[in-house]
Amino acid sequence: MKIHKSVIFLASAIVLSFLATLVEHRLNPYYFQIIIYIGINIVLASSLNLINGFAGQFSLGHAGFMAVGAYTSAVLTTGLFSSVNPLLNIPLFALALLCGGIVAAAFGLLVGIPSLRLKGDYLAITTLGFGEIIRVVVQNLDFLGGARGFTGIPKLSNFFWVFLTAAAVIFTISNLINSTYGKAFTAVRDDEIAAESIGISSTRVKVTAFVTGAFFAGVAGALYAHFVTYINPAQFSFLKSFEIVVMVIIGGMGSILGVIFSAVLLTILPEVLRTMAQYRMVIYSLLLIIIMITRPQGLFARRRFGKHKAILKI
Amino acid sequence: MLEIVDLEVKYGAIAALQGISLSVKPGQIVTMIGANGAGKSTLLRAVSGLVGITSGKILFDNANITNLPAHRIVGRGISHAPEGRMIFANLTVKENLEMGAYLRDDKDGIASDLERVFSLFPRLKERIHQSGGTLSGGEQQMLAVGRALMARPRMLLLDEPSLGIGPILVKAIFSTIVEINRELGMTILIVEQNAHQALKIAHYGYVVETGKIILQGPCVEIARNELVRKAYLSES
Repeated sequence: MKIHKSVIFLASAIVLSFLATLVEHRLNPYYFQIIIYIGINIVLASSLNLINGFAGQFSLGHAGFMAVGAYTSAVLTTGLFSSVNPLLNIPLFALALLCGGIVAAAFGLLVGIPSLRLKGDYLAITTLGFGEIIRVVVQNLDFLGGARGFTGIPKLSNFFWVFLTAAAVIFTISNLINSTYGKAFTAVRDDEIAAESIGISSTRVKVTAFVTGAFFAGVAGALYAHFVTYINPAQFSFLKSFEIVVMVIIGGMGSILGVIFSAVLLTILPEVLRTMAQYRMVIYSLLLIIIMITRPQGLFARRRFGKHKAILKI
Repeated sequence: MLEIVDLEVKYGAIAALQGISLSVKPGQIVTMIGANGAGKSTLLRAVSGLVGITSGKILFDNANITNLPAHRIVGRGISHAPEGRMIFANLTVKENLEMGAYLRDDKDGIASDLERVFSLFPRLKERIHQSGGTLSGGEQQMLAVGRALMARPRMLLLDEPSLGIGPILVKAIFSTIVEINRELGMTILIVEQNAHQALKIAHYGYVVETGKIILQGPCVEIARNELVRKAYLSES
């Protein structure tokens, strides 16, 4: 029954995003851009929610995984794939997105295995450091354009790919957390020692969450790269990671719907506030502070028990 | 069934266990009593793989389980209900119990074990859909024991089941422990500060002080021991 419902969800998401793609050229380009960003931010925030919210591992390196996905896919589409018949553009783009995700997931594994032994603040700092290392390495790699950035990426992202990915993230996470394996995530978050004592390998659970989250962050990065067509390391600084963390916290850690909602809200809000000119970011920050004071558990979340004093699912 | 030989555990420079040897025979309830900080919890954690061992050996059914990771030891048949009622606050009572059977995939067996836990602890059945975090201390303790049983272990390690709960509930939990031992034939190693209760239900006992065993024997004998009566049973 549960599976059934989520398959319908996925199928309708495919159809809807495909239909939306047919009319997207009629849309005002500014709105088009905002909607694309909303989709990408849903992917980023939801995938981080899996790590921070469900598995309880505070990661600040999401922009790093995004960068890995962005550069990997960009190298593929501009290099290897560019000489192939243009008719194959679409399947090759899908392949590039997938590769972006896989390479990001591999980096997730690489970072996760040593650093997930750490907890809380220590893990946050380690992942923050990792994100910055990625950025600095890219900045110094000439074949990736260094600090000048990577230009000439074909504009292949559209509603279809962006919202298909968003649907895939939501599908994966909602199916995962209702499974026994997914409940192990909550178990590890609630009490790692107790989880170990009933036979859950907490390291494996944490690494799984981390790698899955990194995969989707990589795909999001690839989608982003093929929308803006120009990427440079500065776009993937720790500020971007913080932006995603804020989305997760405002939405409610561990709440699927809450995080989607806040990804939409926090993408639109700065645009709406553009009319305020120089006061824009002041008001934006004020709103965030007010939300955190009035809804410390996030917009959509119920109270959560235990050490973290935050939330549960919707 | 469980054989511990010369076990030493250090936390940094501090030795928590200084060469402990003990054995538990199948079907027995064995207790280890001692004051705070004597190393009782450390011993259980060492057996279930939650802390690293400095030296010594742990054998379970004659197989060496020393330094196996915790989740593998559960698979061997040792289930640990840790101190402080470490239940999963955000999962319901039922989910907590089901997680206890994490390594099993025999659906029917799990369902019947769930019923068995509910018959041992009827209170848990009343709270079946409540989050673990909303339970009282005593109920959380029952849940922790029930969850450990759900792994269908051959041996149960109980860490201070009486900690922080009222006297009436303590009695109830101890009589359930006896029931588990008699009816399921479960081998149980229980560590307690409540020496009185523990010595009453166990067959064999060990007294630990600062990481060393200072006394051992059948519980009736231990309960008669002058030193134990003074120090742990507050009799003069």
